[in-house]
Amino acid sequence: MSERKDWELYEIFVRARGGLDHKHVGSVHAAGAEMALEHARDLYTRRLEGVSIWVVRSADIVASDPTDSDPFFEPARDKIYRHPTFYNIPDEVETL
Amino acid sequence: MYTQGLLTPSPKSPAAVEDAELLARFQARIDREEKIEPKDWMPDQYRQTLVRQISQHAHSEIVGMLPEGNWIGRAPTLLRKSILIAKVQDEGGHGAYLYSAAETLGVSRAELIDQLLSGRAKYSSIFNYPTPTWADIGAIGWLVDGAAIMNQIPLCRCSYGPYARAMVRVCKEESFHQRQGYDIMLQLARGTPAQRQMAQDAFNRWWWPSLMMFGPSDGASQHTALSVRWKIKRFTNDELRQKFVDFTVPQAHFLGLTVPDPLLHLDESTGHYRFGDIDWSEFQAVLAGNGPCNRERLAARRAAHEDGRWVREAALAYADKLTSRTRSVA
Repeated sequence: MSERKDWELYEIFVRARGGLDHKHVGSVHAAGAEMALEHARDLYTRRLEGVSIWVVRSADIVASDPTDSDPFFEPARDKIYRHPTFYNIPDEVETL
Repeated sequence: MYTQGLLTPSPKSPAAVEDAELLARFQARIDREEKIEPKDWMPDQYRQTLVRQISQHAHSEIVGMLPEGNWIGRAPTLLRKSILIAKVQDEGGHGAYLYSAAETLGVSRAELIDQLLSGRAKYSSIFNYPTPTWADIGAIGWLVDGAAIMNQIPLCRCSYGPYARAMVRVCKEESFHQRQGYDIMLQLARGTPAQRQMAQDAFNRWWWPSLMMFGPSDGASQHTALSVRWKIKRFTNDELRQKFVDFTVPQAHFLGLTVPDPLLHLDESTGHYRFGDIDWSEFQAVLAGNGPCNRERLAARRAAHEDGRWVREAALAYADKLTSRTRSVA
């Protein structure tokens, strides 16, 4: 039952409403990007869940490695002064 | 859902010590209710359990289109026909969401489909029963989808992220399925004596197979303990079955239907309905391939796959042509 080759895998990102960003919802197989868009529409927006779709070949996604995530995100860990709550402002000072 | 890097089988860890440490860390993450994502380390058995469960689930959705598809051409009104088409399309969609989730574990969709078509993979035993009357479409939506919801809602909190997210999507759509089924039953129940009889007859045939959908009793289930520890499963088969019975019996009474179980009664002290013994030999026979429609269902899937082959190949040829044309322009 071998096919000549399989349709490629595409990752699907849907914008639910104008003003929101595209969000990953899943994947489809398709022969080409145009077909991936149509499959994504049929699969992920049957109830008007989207106003815009992005499709990206899964093979083109570069992801960070979870086994490296501690050192990878480490530089942000000790910089609590980046958060507004780090600073103690006297109560008398308003609107700050 | 990123599959690259997962396509090779994970190499056996050189040191068992390291394995034990990884396993402890993995279990700790599960215990903290963290989600496991595709590229995270996971025990081989966790991966295998999920591939088996998610792909069986996907196959069930796909085969599940067949008994209902039987009535698309014969639905009693245009509205019922439109509803049924939408429902069957949803089932195909659920299969696709689930194959997507399974693929994040490093199996290819072609491989999974091949397992189904070659008869090596299992799918839910319920879809091997026939749908001889319109009331069967009502009974399937109400009971079969009702039982599926009971099973699937806890899966929305499953420890494996892609499966949990697919189930959220599926559960949102299942409610429509169950309600349209009950709506069909309601209309028959309010109809002529012949229509009421048709509803009762379908109920009689689907009641016990629906209870079997929850799988073997807890003592007899091979997979429950580990799946519960890994939070793939949140409730045991018997717990979910009891919940289904407690929800469904009053709905049947509202329709004026008689539950085909002489031992069924409300246990006042617990508030649960007690029911008679399930005929597990029937369940085993259907699972082993000897249900009323096993052969017909697989034959229909195989024919659909073969009949679609030229479309898949033509689409690929067209995509290749476009690619080479773009290259020659560039």
